[in-house]
Amino acid sequence: METLNVYATRLLEKSEYFTPGHRACQGCAEALAVRLVAKALGNNVIVGSATGCMEIISSPLPFTNWKVPWLHVAFENAAAVLSGAEAGYRALVRKGKRPEKGTVFLAMGGDGATTDIGFQALSGALERGHNFLYVCYDNEAYMNTGIQRSSSTPFGASTTTSPAGKIHFGQRTWKKNMAEIVVAHNVPYVATACSSYPFDLMEKVQKAARTPGPAYVHILSVCPTGWRIAPNKAIWIGRLAVETGVFPLYEVVDGKYRITHEVGELKPVEDYLRPQGRFRHLTPDMIKHIQDRVSAEYAKLEAKTRL
Amino acid sequence: MGKRVGVEVSIAAADAVGMANVDVVAAYPITPQTHIVEHLSDLVANGKLDAEFIPVESEHSAMSVCCGSSALGARTFTCTSSQGLALMNEIVFIAASMRLPIVMILANRSLSGPLSIWNDHTDVMSVRDCGWIQVFTETGQEVFDHVMWAFRVAEDRQVSLPVIINMDGFILTHVIEPIEFWDSAMVKQYLPDFSPINVLNPDHPTTVGGFGMPGIYTEAKVAQNEALVKSKPHILKAWQELGAVTGRYYQPVETYKIDGAETVFLSMGSTGDTVAMAVDELRAQGKPAGLIKLRLWRPFPFEELRLAARGVKRLIIIDRAVSYGGPGGPVASEIRSAFYGEKEMPVVTNFICGLAGRDVTPEDYIAIYSKSEKMAQGQVRQEDYVFYGVRE
Repeated sequence: METLNVYATRLLEKSEYFTPGHRACQGCAEALAVRLVAKALGNNVIVGSATGCMEIISSPLPFTNWKVPWLHVAFENAAAVLSGAEAGYRALVRKGKRPEKGTVFLAMGGDGATTDIGFQALSGALERGHNFLYVCYDNEAYMNTGIQRSSSTPFGASTTTSPAGKIHFGQRTWKKNMAEIVVAHNVPYVATACSSYPFDLMEKVQKAARTPGPAYVHILSVCPTGWRIAPNKAIWIGRLAVETGVFPLYEVVDGKYRITHEVGELKPVEDYLRPQGRFRHLTPDMIKHIQDRVSAEYAKLEAKTRL
Repeated sequence: MGKRVGVEVSIAAADAVGMANVDVVAAYPITPQTHIVEHLSDLVANGKLDAEFIPVESEHSAMSVCCGSSALGARTFTCTSSQGLALMNEIVFIAASMRLPIVMILANRSLSGPLSIWNDHTDVMSVRDCGWIQVFTETGQEVFDHVMWAFRVAEDRQVSLPVIINMDGFILTHVIEPIEFWDSAMVKQYLPDFSPINVLNPDHPTTVGGFGMPGIYTEAKVAQNEALVKSKPHILKAWQELGAVTGRYYQPVETYKIDGAETVFLSMGSTGDTVAMAVDELRAQGKPAGLIKLRLWRPFPFEELRLAARGVKRLIIIDRAVSYGGPGGPVASEIRSAFYGEKEMPVVTNFICGLAGRDVTPEDYIAIYSKSEKMAQGQVRQEDYVFYGVRE
């Protein structure tokens, strides 16, 4: 895919449905991811957003950055809200009160809204089998409230509630593997993506939208503010996350795993950790500890692709 | 005319929701609301109701699903009780601020703890200020009628607000009553199709539920309050027209033997019937007793209440919830403020009773009457309230 990029850009939808002028921080790769997802889905979509950065930056009354119908209710219920919209749509279409136009239902939330507080609502919506797409924009902490740890914060990362101190070294738990948890719901489509790989991301989002039933895309969204990097380094860091195997890009179609972006030999995890301020306190021992875990997880994933 | 049948009130309520041709029902089971959702899922399973029944994983998601489906333009219903209402609390408030015309039956039940499944009004009083239209029912027939009324009012384009129908848990939900069902012609005449002003539609994109900076939040809340206050004429009109269809005319404040009454009970919900029996007995004893039943709780019917209580010397407010460390019961507190500054202010005495299904009989109300008379002989302050029937 990467080699086709020059050509692929010409095939892209030119319209923007998530418009410029929003209030995200400089270099926000999550806003970029949202823009790519909106682009990939086009205008026949209804979006339901959880509370969080993306909601705050795009909907300050009376303004909006959304050129498609967009709805926000609360923090932990985007999946439930959109499952309601989807159910309402299905009922109205069946009863002849609304034309069937193949509208896509997109629920979106950050890692807090997905892996923590909205976990139950998401699990319920997935289990009930609504025809919708859930996108998690994972920037690995509660960035909107000021960089507090979530269950998606990686091991060792210093946040405002998992600070690196004299006794503790930052986040003491491993990142919750949300994509795998969704796979365990036996939904037809699950993928991981990263805004540093826009074509891979958009292809997956479109595939997910085409899939009947629930689909889930987990997007690593680099947050320069929270990760303590310069705004112009977000894309580079996202690439390193993939190239080191920290965040592999793969999809699971009807339970079948496929790595969508093969990286060959993985770069050392240290390459990814060192440039980020949130990991600056890590000792070589800790980095080794993380490297071991990443290697083991990657091997596990590769094994699944061979099943 | 509709047909009169003996049926459990929950079943009738669900049938009414079905006859209203609801599009989406999202609910989570909780005692004593269960029979309503069970019957609704039955109707759907047997093809008698063409709706999406969404068996959510929590009440929080039930109300969230309702928000999504209502915003999409689907007629939406849920029902809950007690802890379920407490769990969905956050979204209950948001639904009103988003002006989503969801209809919810609340099978009134006490809040934990201690855990109790029985009836009182502690659940609904916890959402007093949620911005929904809130109404109380006394009988199964009233529940049935108010399902139709609630959809009609909620979906009125001039209103566009969610409605809570309070029905007492067990006392109403699990009781078999003769109920006159509406026929389809009556439903058709009374309840138009849901056609909201604003729906989620890619052909006309709108942003719903944006966030409000301090520069706009106050104005948004003023507009919301105005919407609720101004819903009253539409509420009255919907009752008037319900009367034309059914012959049953409802009022925001209803009275019983109020003529010449000096000491008047004020109650809400199914208690009204029992209090009326006590009033009959007191009248037979030559005592100037009467009863005011508050049907409409929000928007609060100030005018109608003052009118109903004109010439009344003492009000006995029956509260079925507690405002801990406050003025006793939440209803009494509201009633006092409704009369504050009026030229003729009745003396308000406040009795908290019937918590968590504790029986309160006509004899008890007669005892409350005597106690109230004694209290009213001295100065009654806000903080003077009585927990009636406490075991010593």
